[in-house]
Amino acid sequence: MTLEVRRTADALTMALTGEWGVREFGALERDFAAVDVRGARSLLIDASAVRSFDLSGAWALREFVRRAREAGVEVSFQGPPPEQLRLLEDTLKESDAPAPARQPAAVYRPGWFARPLAAVGLESHLFVEQMRQSLTFLGHTTLTGLGGMARLKRLRPISIARHIYDTGVTALPIVALIAFLISVIIAYMSATQLRGLGADIYVVDLVTIGVLRELGVLLTSIIVAGRSGSAFAAELGSMKLNQEVDALVATGVNPYEVLVVPRVLGLVIALPLLSIVADLVGIGGGALLCRFLLQMPFDQFIARANDAISSTTFWVGVIKAPVFAVLIAVAGCYRGMQVRDSARELGRLVTVAVVQAIFLVILADALFAVLFMRLDI
Amino acid sequence: MYPVVEVTGLVNRFGSQVVHENLDMQVNADEVFGIVGGSGSGKSVLLRSILGLHRPQAGCIRIFGHDITQMSPQQLRGVKERYGVSFQSGALYSGLTVLQNVQLPMLEHLALNAAARDDLAMLKIRLVGLPADAGAKYPAQLSGGMVKRAALARALALDPALLFLDEPTSGLDPISAAAFDELLLYLQKQLKLTVVMITHDLDSIFRTCNRVGVIVDRHMLSDTLARIVDNPHPWIQEYFHGARGRARLEAMHGA
Repeated sequence: MTLEVRRTADALTMALTGEWGVREFGALERDFAAVDVRGARSLLIDASAVRSFDLSGAWALREFVRRAREAGVEVSFQGPPPEQLRLLEDTLKESDAPAPARQPAAVYRPGWFARPLAAVGLESHLFVEQMRQSLTFLGHTTLTGLGGMARLKRLRPISIARHIYDTGVTALPIVALIAFLISVIIAYMSATQLRGLGADIYVVDLVTIGVLRELGVLLTSIIVAGRSGSAFAAELGSMKLNQEVDALVATGVNPYEVLVVPRVLGLVIALPLLSIVADLVGIGGGALLCRFLLQMPFDQFIARANDAISSTTFWVGVIKAPVFAVLIAVAGCYRGMQVRDSARELGRLVTVAVVQAIFLVILADALFAVLFMRLDI
Repeated sequence: MYPVVEVTGLVNRFGSQVVHENLDMQVNADEVFGIVGGSGSGKSVLLRSILGLHRPQAGCIRIFGHDITQMSPQQLRGVKERYGVSFQSGALYSGLTVLQNVQLPMLEHLALNAAARDDLAMLKIRLVGLPADAGAKYPAQLSGGMVKRAALARALALDPALLFLDEPTSGLDPISAAAFDELLLYLQKQLKLTVVMITHDLDSIFRTCNRVGVIVDRHMLSDTLARIVDNPHPWIQEYFHGARGRARLEAMHGA
């Protein structure tokens, strides 16, 4: 119990006891709510027995006193009122000065008929603005990159090497493993279907052409988008939050030159190499499965693969890798550079970077498919 | 009456580099204790050890008489409820408004309804001298001085008896820093706080501290402010009697 109330006719006496800290705040509010001040004319509060009276406890008392006074009760204290109350009043008095009245900004509120139209307009405006910003980013990156071609030192070879290592070499195990598993799955699925037709041999065609033209490079790109696209966005984003990018600009260093271009070029070099590894491991996985599931000797697999693929099959796959690399790196860096103000924004933009990178890669792959069909290769 | 914070025989080593060697420190109730030392002398490591963010190699750290190096996480939570910390850069949660920042310790440690939480958090925001409309702002929208005040408001959220401040006036202009000192003194007197403060700001030390602990040669020399300035240790002499310190000393003796 935190307070004791005694009633004599229309006078109330209230003795406060026990701990009055922030931890008891809930109990204090409950006990105060239970006090019935109706019909009372005066209220005498004795706060001398309260231990550990902190600001939160004082707030509960102040709120009660305020309510009681509003109900027409005359409130007084036995002895001087607790000094915590005075501190509260001082604090509130100073800042109770009316804040400068802020004019609510005139916001245009469309009627019900115009609302969908307004939404379309707003979204289009935002979309165009986004496009403009990403074009600006792409332009800066391209110009800085081209400028670097003229003077090789500006390309930051050491930084590029670091990014090749981070995005390429360290990704080798996972890329190889996934390429192996996927081609084993394809070989197994097609073998079970084709065996019934007595066309086992075409498993070789499916695996080699599928892996070389599409799967090797596409799967590698998706893995790299998840690994390195997110890493780029998170690195640059936290540098933005920490004002490191501002520091670079203030030092007269072009952030595109030291941060963006090395990442793009590093990935442009690393991704094709990764795709080649994925191709090799994928075909190896297909050959292994054919050997042990279909009892097809390796030399037969190689002979059939030689017939199935043409001289362009490998290049049609690998040529896409640098393009995908640019898309992944630019999406990651662009979103990273957009981070402002808060850690939540960082998380949101890293997510956007990865999702967009994967989307762009698949979209570009579809465009390549159409292009190659038209070119008949 | 035991000391509020008591560190005995603290040893901190990073590889072969010894930061603290049998460091002792004692902070009494209702005093403002300043921790001073050169860059790299281990002020931050000392504070991190006291806050339980860094595990020392040896030594005993008592807060309110409890040895925090021997406590379970549950017991430690009970101690942590009773002190507030303000970090050097503010460390406000960037995704939350100032009001939500102040409410976060309340949400974690207290069972309050939303209205009471709003009231109490707003009270703390006004207590540190922030305008009422600062509550709805995000940390990125605040000026440096407001960030320091908001961090103090969050440190005060649970009405602690003990406050740790890491360079509370660094990065503020002299007028804001002086205002912060006055605010701290006012709150310290009104709320009967014990304050442990790392600072480089000589003005701040002379205005607010009762006692000062100087970390030199991996140990701490602590004494009252009036006596520590006469300590013969060369670093302390240089610190208090160098070009910057002398003016303050003369002002203190003149007053």
